[in-house]
Amino acid sequence: MTREVPRVPTLELRDVAKSFGPVVALSSAGITVDAGSIHALVGENGAGKSTLIKIVAGVHRRDSGEFLLEGQPVDFASTAESKAAGVAVIYQEPTMFPDLSVTENIFMGRQPLTSGRRIDRAAMHAEAQELFARLGVHIDPRRPALGLSIADQQIIEIAKAISLDARLLIMDEPTAALSGVEVDRLFAVARSLRDEGRALVFISHRFDEVFALCDTVTVMRDGAYISTQRIEDTSVDQMVSLMVGREVSDLFPKTPATIGEPVLSVEGLTSAGVFHDVTFDVRAGEIVGLAGLVGAGRSEIARAVFGVDRYDSGTVTVNGRTVSSHDPRAAIRAGMAFIPEDRRKQGLVTEASVARNVAGVIRAKLSKGGFLTERAESKAAGPWAGRLEVKTGALDMNAATMSGGNQQKVVIAKWLATHPKLLIIDEPTRGIDVGTKAEVHRLLSQLAGEGLAILMISSELPEVLGMADRVLVVCEGRLTADIPRDEATPEAVMHAATHALEAHR
Amino acid sequence: MSDTSMRPDKTESHPELERLIEPSRQTPLRRGLMTVVRSREFSILLVLLAVIAAATVKTPSFLFSSNSWRDLLLTPSILLLLAVGQAVVIITRNVDLSVGSILGLTAYLTGRLFIDVPGLPIIAVMVAGILVGVLLGLVNGVLVAFGKVPALVITLGTLYIYRGIVLTWAGSNRINADDMPAGFLRLGTKSLLSVPVLTVIALVVLVIVGYYLHTARGGREMYAIGSDPDAAVLYGLNVRRRLLFAFALSGGLAGLAGVVYAARYGTVSSGAGTGIELQAVAAVVIGGVAIFGGSGTVWGAALGAILLVTINRALPILGIPDFWQRAVVGALIISAIVLDRVLAARQARKLTEARDES
Repeated sequence: MTREVPRVPTLELRDVAKSFGPVVALSSAGITVDAGSIHALVGENGAGKSTLIKIVAGVHRRDSGEFLLEGQPVDFASTAESKAAGVAVIYQEPTMFPDLSVTENIFMGRQPLTSGRRIDRAAMHAEAQELFARLGVHIDPRRPALGLSIADQQIIEIAKAISLDARLLIMDEPTAALSGVEVDRLFAVARSLRDEGRALVFISHRFDEVFALCDTVTVMRDGAYISTQRIEDTSVDQMVSLMVGREVSDLFPKTPATIGEPVLSVEGLTSAGVFHDVTFDVRAGEIVGLAGLVGAGRSEIARAVFGVDRYDSGTVTVNGRTVSSHDPRAAIRAGMAFIPEDRRKQGLVTEASVARNVAGVIRAKLSKGGFLTERAESKAAGPWAGRLEVKTGALDMNAATMSGGNQQKVVIAKWLATHPKLLIIDEPTRGIDVGTKAEVHRLLSQLAGEGLAILMISSELPEVLGMADRVLVVCEGRLTADIPRDEATPEAVMHAATHALEAHR
Repeated sequence: MSDTSMRPDKTESHPELERLIEPSRQTPLRRGLMTVVRSREFSILLVLLAVIAAATVKTPSFLFSSNSWRDLLLTPSILLLLAVGQAVVIITRNVDLSVGSILGLTAYLTGRLFIDVPGLPIIAVMVAGILVGVLLGLVNGVLVAFGKVPALVITLGTLYIYRGIVLTWAGSNRINADDMPAGFLRLGTKSLLSVPVLTVIALVVLVIVGYYLHTARGGREMYAIGSDPDAAVLYGLNVRRRLLFAFALSGGLAGLAGVVYAARYGTVSSGAGTGIELQAVAAVVIGGVAIFGGSGTVWGAALGAILLVTINRALPILGIPDFWQRAVVGALIISAIVLDRVLAARQARKLTEARDES
């Protein structure tokens, strides 16, 4: 490489802060990316990587901090502005117009024009063909984008970035959905772009890829900048400890409970392309944490166990009785309760009263001759809401107006009213403020003490380590570790969540 | 398949697939021909010709008399104007239900202007009608683009509001042919090379809008917005501006349709154009524009409008009872949507298969 090294970095962010309402996404984040370099950005789930790149892309605006592009301070109010400044972002889920041709997808909004300001289709197709030839891929520029694989869609995004002559190319977990060959193709393209003197930012959870592709790595944690190192000067272990980097305190007191017989037994659960041969059980009084990276298949496993999604093979047994697949009602009858990740969308009728929400699942039992009275609902809901200290004053308050923590408690109350034996809870404290978080944890702990079996999915490592009696780690749809509480360290879990990857490739 | 012989290995196994996914391997002429023959517009044209043929066989005067020929071309022109505007709006994944009321308002306005401002040139009245339509369309556009309220709700509201304005303004008054200058009314009957002038106006509008959608950045961006509104934002497209334009265009064309209505029928009451917005939506859907936006053309929408009007005229001639006449239109709409789903699913499957093959 004989190119001249420019003095100013292509991208420089310093002390960037960003909050969404009361939730602080970034406190003091930063990154410095040089031209002609592939820079890895790593961090735990929720460390703020995505927020940071969305600020660079002009999707969000930072609250404070410095943002320099090739030494010049910038402030993007829209994606159009960042694009015009030469920033291209490839999101995990590429953004395509499925009805339009591949070529139109590449050039949308800046098509080559003839002298009469008409779109020059011939020139456009020729240029697309040239781009694909240069990238070494065979995609017909005239075919519609509909039906393209994620890998091809990413190639089209890259073609778009090249045609924009982007100085900075950011890829957010581009390899998450790719096969081995596709990853190699992507890497070859990335290296050739680097050699042209462009700056690349590569976000990935796969350390083997980070080490294979990148020359520099920046670690983020809890919305803050932690460190930047040359890739040769670091190791996987060091990166993991930097990412985790904190002692797990007693923030979440799990009271010990007597652990009884297995309540839930899952055997050989498989859903092609989603998860494979998942076997585990959850016993009475036990909290089992399901850990892993976002997209590893944790939620999918939970949804299949509860019968929301189909699975191809395997069995789910509750208290010795097999639960028929793809039938949530059978799961409820068997004693399962499921609190999904996005409670606004899936777990709570936000436009309805607290009482109606709590009574929702048991309404068949409450109705008299097919009619459901508000009195019956309130009567049934009262004790549960009281016990959970839902601070809404009255049961007839609209659920939409409550805080995230209280909403979560309403959802838990709703399911407790069915007297479940097993509670599956996905991200129990997402978007909940710290104080209420502890309350939700205390509640879960108390319920386990009363003999309820709990399967808890969480992306927050401290939560998993603090709450779970046992940690199951999912990596790319497989259970890669089953760690008892006293052996569960952040390093062990992160290792299992990221490291076993090569074995299955 | 001589032009694809460069790679016979694939062509032999999946000739159908090849055509679908590798259009670049075909010669431009063949590609153009295939596009036309395989298009939805072409099949609608065939249905239209079949309807005309059937009606003509039964009653030769359906086509072969000077009056019928004129009616065949003239009757659809109002709906055609509305369908073109509606198609543009639906392509952006919106809908404009207020066009019938805008038509009523501008039709009445046309008559009022001739009465209240004697000697006003015809062209000025036409421009006034269009401008009022654009203005009313812009109101829809602003509410949809800035208020982030679904267009269905907004335009349903303005449908009643605009109609309410006409009802209040006109009361039980009615504009009669005597109120309007003869030169204006002649527009409704005059022909250019045996094509009625109003049809010529509608066709000119169609060609301009069709050309714009196909060749201008703005036109393509409307398709993009309808195809995936969120992606359009990430692409940095100016979504609001395009939506404003789409609604202003739809309103303006409804305004023009109002003027045309006054010229064609000579009488305008406060109820003019009631319910025609649903015919416009039907024409667009029959014409192959996806109701969720992103695909279809104004050519299809125009053919859909002509087919809808022509079927309504042909069915009585074919001796089909009144109930079934409406049912046929309903069946046409439903089959257009079902066909849309089936074709889309088939194409998606083929494109996915093609990807796995390669």
